[in-house]
Amino acid sequence: MYRSRIDRLLQIALPLLALLAAVIVLLILWFLWLESWPFIASGDLFNSNSWHPSESQYNLLPMVLGTLVTALGAVVLAAPLGLAAALFCRFYAPQPLARIYRWILELMAGIPSVVYGFWGLVVLVPMIARWQGPGTSILAGILVLTLMILPTASLLAEAALEKTPEHWIAGAYALGLNRWVMVRHLAIPHAYGGLLNALLLQAARALGETMAVLMVCGNIAVLPSSLFNPVRTLSANIALEMAYALDTHRAALYFSGLLLLLTVLLLVLGAGRLRQEYKHA
Amino acid sequence: MICNDKLFAYRFTLFGRVLTVVLLGVLLVSCSSERNKANHLQITGSSTMAPLLTEIAKAFEQRHPHTRIDVQTGGSSRGVVDTRTGLADIGMASRALKPQERDLKAHTIARDGIAIIVHRDNPITALSRAQVQAIYRGEQRNWQHFGGHDADINVVSKAEGRSTLELFLDYFELRSSDIKAHTIIGDNEQGIKTVEGNPNAIGYVSIGTAQYSVEQGVAIKLLATSGVIPSSEAVRNGTFPLSRPLNLVTVKEPQGLAAQFIAFTHSAAVESLIEQQYFVPLAH
Repeated sequence: MYRSRIDRLLQIALPLLALLAAVIVLLILWFLWLESWPFIASGDLFNSNSWHPSESQYNLLPMVLGTLVTALGAVVLAAPLGLAAALFCRFYAPQPLARIYRWILELMAGIPSVVYGFWGLVVLVPMIARWQGPGTSILAGILVLTLMILPTASLLAEAALEKTPEHWIAGAYALGLNRWVMVRHLAIPHAYGGLLNALLLQAARALGETMAVLMVCGNIAVLPSSLFNPVRTLSANIALEMAYALDTHRAALYFSGLLLLLTVLLLVLGAGRLRQEYKHA
Repeated sequence: MICNDKLFAYRFTLFGRVLTVVLLGVLLVSCSSERNKANHLQITGSSTMAPLLTEIAKAFEQRHPHTRIDVQTGGSSRGVVDTRTGLADIGMASRALKPQERDLKAHTIARDGIAIIVHRDNPITALSRAQVQAIYRGEQRNWQHFGGHDADINVVSKAEGRSTLELFLDYFELRSSDIKAHTIIGDNEQGIKTVEGNPNAIGYVSIGTAQYSVEQGVAIKLLATSGVIPSSEAVRNGTFPLSRPLNLVTVKEPQGLAAQFIAFTHSAAVESLIEQQYFVPLAH
């Protein structure tokens, strides 16, 4: 009787709590929409020449592209590296080494983003500047973001690979398959969904990352033409200007936030679809 | 049944606790929303000054319990207009009063100044106004043109809305869209780190921060502007051109709490607060 009472209580409480979490996201969306409405209503979304709030020019296109390019670049770099790290840790490294390696990855994952940003600003940016000016650039942003998402990406990938059934591995070895064939044809296909998940979660993180990107990207709101050009992301735009923005400018910054949230939403939806497709395949 | 009773008792105490918290909350809110004109001050205006005034207001409230000071931004012009119409008791204006604003009284509490900085290894020691304009407009892109090394100039500017940018644009008669920068920075510290990390960079930051960094051995140097070497002293006595007063604006004769608050902003107690915001306190 006692148990069932607790269960009944949880039956009511847990859905309510879950609903609360969902409602908060919806409230945030609604709030962003409300706050950015003055800007959306002005109809001047991507028509201005550039981003000069003091002269009432609000073109967000360079920032949208800047956000996508840096995040995409980081994911493209981090995906193979992360997978390699996970495979090494799971299937190739001797146990003690794997444990140390995993420990280092966990440590890396725990470093605050502002530390990565600071390192980027005082070490990476001057290095790039010596090679090809001005240093603060897309490249610097991509490299710092890669470093930031790599540890969590490889830890998540390793967790996915860990689920390969033990008897599959034993069977593969019994059939005389070598390690790579087993990894390539059993472990990776089995973990495909989890690997994808790791990638998308980290892509979302790269899209939203603010401080590190703000410090190394140069924050110029102009369409870039090379990897060495500075670029401004949506999140950096908000962080740089929100404290001082008024009226339409403020609404435009809220709209930056709305765009960012919608991008992540699309990513999550896309991830769900891909996972479904994989399940049926 | 014992379990049931326990659960019931637990629920009851939980309900009691929640109720207490809610009632307390209501009480608190009703207390704080009760506005008493005699010990409430409304301050509006310059966003440059708002962070400083918020800090000063906190210190003032600590010394005078039962007083309440609200600081709101909206720009220097709003500060002037609100003071004139009586919407605010005190306005904040990060500029001198214009001739048509002579019906009000300005109380300068500090000065704000910015310094143009380059890397310590840059041989340049001074730039004229026209040279700075040419660099920030992107018309001159190489240090060689000014007698420096043969290297591309890396132009560092500030994000929109920052008072430093506003003062810079004002003095050099530039528009925000004229500036062709390579790096846009947020706060002063980021600007100093960016210039320190790039021998070909040029930037501008608050004088207080720049001087402090040089004292700490950071590899930057302050350029003379219009022949004056930037220093807190030059800002204080008004000889440094890239500076402006930070004014509190009131009606001709402020009374009561407003007068008390303004006297407090001129006391030695706020000096460290002013320096924390990288402004220059006036000599006492």
